[in-house]
Amino acid sequence: MSYAATHDQHDDHHGAPKGFFQRWCMSTNHKDIGTLYLIFALTMFFIGGSFAMAIRAELFRPGMQLMQPYFFNEMTTLHALVMIFGAVMPAFVGLGNWMIPMMIGAPDMALPRMNNLSFWILPFAFTLLLSTLFMPGGGPAGGWTMLPPLSLQTGSLAYTVFAIHLMGISSIMGAINIIATILNLRAPGMELLKMPVFVWSWLITAFLLIAVMPVLAGAVTMLLTDKYFGTSFFNAAGGGDPVLYQHIFWFFGHPEVYIMILPAFGIISEVIPTFARKPIFGYKAMVFAIASIAFLSFIVWAHHMFTVGLPLGAEIFFMYATMLIAVPTGVKVFNWVATMWGSSMTFETPMLFAIAFVILFTIGGFSGLMLALVPADFQYHDTYFVVAHFHYVLVTGAIFAIISATYYWLPKWTGNMYSEFWGKMHFWNSVIWVNVLFFPQHFLGLAGMPRRIPDYNVAFASFNMVSSIGGFLFGASQLIFLGVIIHAAFFSKNKATDRVWEGAKGLEWTVPSPAPYHTFDVPPVIHDDELAHGNVHA
Amino acid sequence: MTSGGIRRSFTAWAGFALASFGGLAHANPEPYQLNLTRGATTWSQVPYDLNSISLGICVVIGILVFGAMFIAMFRFRKSRGAVAEKWSHNTTLEVVWTTIPVIILITLAYLATGGLTSWADTTGSQMTIKVTGYQWKWRYDYIEYLGKPVNKVGFMSKLEEQSNATRQLNSGLDPYAVKVGNENTYLLDVDKPLVVPVDTKIRFAITGGDVIHSWWVPALGWKVDAIPGIVNAAWTNIKVPGTYRGQCALLCGQDHGFMPIVVVAKSKADFAKWLAEQEAQSAAPAAAPAAPAAAPAAASTAAAPQSALVEPAKPAPVKQS
Repeated sequence: MSYAATHDQHDDHHGAPKGFFQRWCMSTNHKDIGTLYLIFALTMFFIGGSFAMAIRAELFRPGMQLMQPYFFNEMTTLHALVMIFGAVMPAFVGLGNWMIPMMIGAPDMALPRMNNLSFWILPFAFTLLLSTLFMPGGGPAGGWTMLPPLSLQTGSLAYTVFAIHLMGISSIMGAINIIATILNLRAPGMELLKMPVFVWSWLITAFLLIAVMPVLAGAVTMLLTDKYFGTSFFNAAGGGDPVLYQHIFWFFGHPEVYIMILPAFGIISEVIPTFARKPIFGYKAMVFAIASIAFLSFIVWAHHMFTVGLPLGAEIFFMYATMLIAVPTGVKVFNWVATMWGSSMTFETPMLFAIAFVILFTIGGFSGLMLALVPADFQYHDTYFVVAHFHYVLVTGAIFAIISATYYWLPKWTGNMYSEFWGKMHFWNSVIWVNVLFFPQHFLGLAGMPRRIPDYNVAFASFNMVSSIGGFLFGASQLIFLGVIIHAAFFSKNKATDRVWEGAKGLEWTVPSPAPYHTFDVPPVIHDDELAHGNVHA
Repeated sequence: MTSGGIRRSFTAWAGFALASFGGLAHANPEPYQLNLTRGATTWSQVPYDLNSISLGICVVIGILVFGAMFIAMFRFRKSRGAVAEKWSHNTTLEVVWTTIPVIILITLAYLATGGLTSWADTTGSQMTIKVTGYQWKWRYDYIEYLGKPVNKVGFMSKLEEQSNATRQLNSGLDPYAVKVGNENTYLLDVDKPLVVPVDTKIRFAITGGDVIHSWWVPALGWKVDAIPGIVNAAWTNIKVPGTYRGQCALLCGQDHGFMPIVVVAKSKADFAKWLAEQEAQSAAPAAAPAAPAAAPAAASTAAAPQSALVEPAKPAPVKQS
């Protein structure tokens, strides 16, 4: 039995190293590195969040009160870069690091030293990026998409580009590691189509990462040589084409969007069946839907460019391809609802965040469908409607899934139960204020407010104030999250059981809580009824 | 999503406001505006209708899906003694909820393709205006009108002074005090607007002078990026005389938020008068200077890059861009 075998195996050779430097800086342990990633992501979440607070404070009422427009642009640019590359992506890598080996019965990641390197690059990359704020020329202020020629006017471009190179190297190494682990280290009997959906989602995401991070590196390197070495890749006066950059960037950028949402789909597909006490509906359809979305992500990039003057045929192609994404995404949403139908649900904090994810992500999907319609996009494009859209899919989508996963697995990581009361406080505050924050932005966009402006006509004043109030309170609510995590890690007296949740299935719940330093030194024996999605061959 | 009633009352209110402006369509942002403008051109209804239709479809799907979720959350609670069932497949159901979205999408795609195709047709225009985006102002050059070239009518259009003074950091000035008549025009007014005739198919040749900008007047129903080295084509045909306000839509540097666009649509007769005045004005200074040889040379040098840029867009069947 997997349970008994792993239970007795955990610390018979060695535990965690004693020295702080030795344990954390030289770690090759997937759990410690996962923890590092998660702490890093949380730190970046608060740094990126503080930039968002600055943005919302300036937009609180019409007129310029707090900052110069250039600083405002630095805030929007760095908010995006920090949240995307510093918070969401490392959080998913951290979750993958912690959970994938435990979910497939592997003793560790396949490439433990590379794992260490791929994490420890990140603090340097972000030090480089954020240091630009303190430089005479200022930080990047041309938007996270860094469109030339504007981005070439930034004095600190080289720092940004090298920071992105480092992040890219880190992501590629992380992705290689995840693929190698999943393909090579599964316990006997853990066939591909028996893997948890979270593992599947990460396997597919890792391939996306390997495919597109080099594209981003190429694009920003061309920016670098255009600025410093006199090339003219994107300089019209030298025979280049500014739109070429946008094609290259969005060929990276759109798969990147799915890199930030596919693991979230995986998480939700673990959490809902657990608290519904019912196997996931349509396991194979769920896996196939993720793969389809990943494939489609490569052929929709120009829907970010409907207003650059594409030929009619291209506009039509990218519109149709984009609309097609609604089909597999719809399948996923319907399957989550079907999983809940006929189940026996309880509503602990992870489940609450998962349910909010399904509803609010779907709202983001709806606005995505509307944005796909080219003539309508001519109005929506680059307005607050788009801002509302991608914050629904990234905040109430990706970040809610990360928070859900944190509550879901926190007892397994720390060995202690978090405070359910404060978890629910966090949930209700988050879900209310995030809607106060982002829902009015749809109206602002429809009424004609462009994005990335530091000041606006007084007609936009009311909804901006509502949005800012929602923003401040949503930001403050995240301090509850921090408190709950610190309490669970260091102060909670409420010990978690191995299983933690009544309906939890999967190998990670067969090891003790907290998970010992080494798990599955001896491969577990897989019983199909242990798997969260039930018997797929039925 | 639940704003139907609010929107209706807004529409009624906006209709009243419109009427009170004596028939002039001020399709500019209104406080508490919840929806797109219908616009004022022969095409601008297209995005408005697509927005309404797709929003309607999304609301219906949302009610069905979220409704099912909420029913599930109330019926299938453990605390109510619900026991989990074992099933995890239903092929019929899966086929149905894959097929129905496909049918809905095909309908939407059909509607959107029609609207897009009509937008892409810039042929048969009666007027050409070249729009150039600069950091942080717009330049408008009138190229031809009713088949005749326009004689050197072109000007810069930038944020007007009162808005510009008010928007300085801690200026102490009140944005609500920036008004034209009853309309709050803070950051939405310029020193010299683009003047165009109504009931005329106007072709725009849009380009950028330094970085990429995006020319957007919501009442016209579209925005097009103004990209250095590329001339994008677009067209409009305004039905109602009026003042239509817009802004640069693509981040173009520190004063991106401060380069508005104002289009004043006049009747054909008024426009012809205005254009004649402008032509007379631009002709006058050329005759005045003491060194007559130097002035035309300078003027033609200044005009050269513009005509060079517009030249490829001249033949009638212009590629959509």
